[in-house]
Amino acid sequence: MLDKSKIGHQFDSFTTLVELGKLRFFAKATGETNPLYTSTEVAQAAGYAAVPIPPTYVFSLDLDSEELMPVVSVLGLDVGRVLHGAQEFEYFAPICVGDEITVASTIKDIYDKKNGALDFVILENTYTNQQGVLAATTTSTLVQRN
Amino acid sequence: MTDITVGTEIPPLTLPPISRYTLALFAGASGDHNPIHIDSDFAKASGMPDVFAHGMLSMAYLARLLTGWKPQSSIRKFSARFATITQLQDVVTCSGTVVEIIAKEGETLARCEIKINNQDGLSTLVGEATVAL
Repeated sequence: MLDKSKIGHQFDSFTTLVELGKLRFFAKATGETNPLYTSTEVAQAAGYAAVPIPPTYVFSLDLDSEELMPVVSVLGLDVGRVLHGAQEFEYFAPICVGDEITVASTIKDIYDKKNGALDFVILENTYTNQQGVLAATTTSTLVQRN
Repeated sequence: MTDITVGTEIPPLTLPPISRYTLALFAGASGDHNPIHIDSDFAKASGMPDVFAHGMLSMAYLARLLTGWKPQSSIRKFSARFATITQLQDVVTCSGTVVEIIAKEGETLARCEIKINNQDGLSTLVGEATVAL
């Protein structure tokens, strides 16, 4: 049983710089060969300020926080029993190399199913660029097997 | 003008078998260093048969399905539920179908059902994307 009083908990926001080397590594790791995701020239020819992050890389911005997945310590989760249940992205503006993105994360909900056999944690995040423009939002569902 | 209608299929994408190497690379590149995906000893101690793929690796493949079809700038929403764990050596295929055409705020949007199936036909990810046409 997780501490439901943590519903509404806001994690410390942090700002991370989007780096080309990391995006190239991500392209390699996901088998992406479209040069839009690795070449500044190709990205600019396509109308982007610089190489854009691919759609799911938004989630990787979360992992640039000082503590990897701070929800684990706040709720006392056991990473060996936690699964990613679902993930949603909504996009409002491109995020490109050189952008400084501020990530803010809130525990939106905590509930259990199957008489406590499974705990669910819903996180809602916002991603705001250096101009103050909201570029993306996400909702993540984590599931702990008890 | 577009020839995309309800029933249009997104060209499928089949990936190479998931290897430990794939998972090690993705752990580093994505920033998800959870040992359950890269350390067999840890995975077994946690009651799993072995390491298994990151859900977000599969979702990155699903994103490739979308961006291989339409420019990334046209993707408005993208979601997935992780239905079945993707195991080592699984060969997964991403596919999708347009299920609805919606007019919203001056845009024409295609709502697509998207999924990943493994070699046994079991769905590992089931999701949805809204793409501007």
